[in-house]
Amino acid sequence: MADVPVHEWTLLEAARKVREKEISSRDLTGALLARIERLNPGINAYITVLPERAMAQAAELDEAQARGELRGPLHGVPMGLKDIFCTRGVRTTCGSRILADFLPPYDACVTEKVLRAGAVLLGKQNMDEFAMGSSTETSCFGATRNPWDVTRIPGGSSGGTAAAVSAAMAFAGVGTDTGGSIRQPASLCGVVGMKPTYGRVSRYGMVAFASSLDQAGPITRTVPDAARMLSVIAGHDRRDSTCADVPTPDYLAAVDRPVKGLRIGLPKEYFESGGLSPAVKAAVSKALSALIDQGATAVEVSLPHTTFALSAYYLIAPAEASSNLARYDGVRYGHRAKGASGLIEMMSRTRAEGFGPEVKRRIMIGTYALSAGYYDAFYGKAQKVRTLIRDDFTSAFGKADVLLTPTAPTPAFRLGEKTDDPLTMYLSDIFTIPCNLAGIPGISVPCGLSPEGLPIGAQLLSNHFREETLFAAAGAVERAVPLPRVSPIEG
Amino acid sequence: MAITREEVLHVARLARLALSDADADRLREQLGDLLEYMKQLDGLDTSGVVPTSHAVEMGTPFREDTVLPFGDPEAILSNAPDREDGFFRVPRIIED
Repeated sequence: MADVPVHEWTLLEAARKVREKEISSRDLTGALLARIERLNPGINAYITVLPERAMAQAAELDEAQARGELRGPLHGVPMGLKDIFCTRGVRTTCGSRILADFLPPYDACVTEKVLRAGAVLLGKQNMDEFAMGSSTETSCFGATRNPWDVTRIPGGSSGGTAAAVSAAMAFAGVGTDTGGSIRQPASLCGVVGMKPTYGRVSRYGMVAFASSLDQAGPITRTVPDAARMLSVIAGHDRRDSTCADVPTPDYLAAVDRPVKGLRIGLPKEYFESGGLSPAVKAAVSKALSALIDQGATAVEVSLPHTTFALSAYYLIAPAEASSNLARYDGVRYGHRAKGASGLIEMMSRTRAEGFGPEVKRRIMIGTYALSAGYYDAFYGKAQKVRTLIRDDFTSAFGKADVLLTPTAPTPAFRLGEKTDDPLTMYLSDIFTIPCNLAGIPGISVPCGLSPEGLPIGAQLLSNHFREETLFAAAGAVERAVPLPRVSPIEG
Repeated sequence: MAITREEVLHVARLARLALSDADADRLREQLGDLLEYMKQLDGLDTSGVVPTSHAVEMGTPFREDTVLPFGDPEAILSNAPDREDGFFRVPRIIED
């Protein structure tokens, strides 16, 4: 079935074709698996591909449909999950040696929801180890490459998911975003990435990095596809006590809402940032023009504490990570070092062997920031700065309905370019981090190409639980700025 | 901000991370650089600011304390690096 043009179809189109019996889920899944077999060796977007399981699932869904039974809005549509979501009986590695053989005994809430909606699981997608990174180079399964230029990184940490969707090796994927890990790779791979409000999607069964910041969200090729996916994965779950008990709106309907009269805030600190590339600035201006042409108004706003966000984040996130990652001790699951004579030695060597350099670095920063004598000076201070950053957004949303910013300061950089200097790597998340600290939703939507032909994304931010406004604004940008939906890769 | 090799080793012990000499040297340098950057926060007056631990305010949800049997202990135990009967087996805890 190599002649099935899956790369030309959106998730919504594929779902409709299956529903209307234009194509079976088996043929659709077979075409995607063939594409993965052809393209994945050069991209490394998947850590684990599940050909037999996916074909068996597709066959079962086709039989269900023949009986007149449609499971849900994703019936028969193949997709992938970042390898951070537990999948029962399918190894879930989080990109780490310490979990390389972990077989979860249960499904994450996100896994359950996409399967219940009828999706076919193609495989588990590559990521920075424990989602710590901005380039998908810290994965112990090797770096993922950007399908627009394989000498460049796809962004991170959900780089495998963004690359897979961009190269049409999946109709959609679900990633996670702690400081930009959905939006930044989406921007760098030319696809749509949405981080919902903290608490919109259950974190049950999602391997924890920084629990007050982590949130799951969709990566897709179009804004309507992202809206459809969020409707599937959002909603209350009693197994995550931070999951909000609020109704899930019809996000797909929100995409077509007119933006006339919408107030677009432009945070001046983001556009005055020294590291912002001229090509990115120009592309984001095009997104703004598109919104103004459709009747939106622009207003300058100020988020005065923006320059402090990176420092606050790189104390809070590692502090929470150092606590969350204490569970990897070689006792109940995961890697265990051999030949230790006592328990403490076994744990210390297990963790030394199991974690890569970036994870160790963050555990060390976090442990230091939480240790006696430094807690108030570092962690306590960062939590107070977090309040100031949140207050900045609260006052900005008094003047604007959405904020428009670049997603990342530059297009995709080259593999290895920033691996030797942690701080330079951290700076690539400078525009995405404040959103996580404030708990607000954000979306990255493609808005242009650089002179070298690399994708650029615009970021839209709104107040808590106002994802519908983001879908409306992102939909308006997408309709007005036509760009290729799929990376030019073939092979 | 300079941090000492002893501090690095102390933090590594707290974090249960065995470090090689090369690891300790590299981390001393990198942590020093990062903490130096983070010192910028000292320039910000935060007196009277309430710290934020969760950005979206919600109360603690209560529910009935009911038992929900998992039902498949073997799926849990089969992940264990070492086991004996229904237990996780570890090296000796009380060292000489």
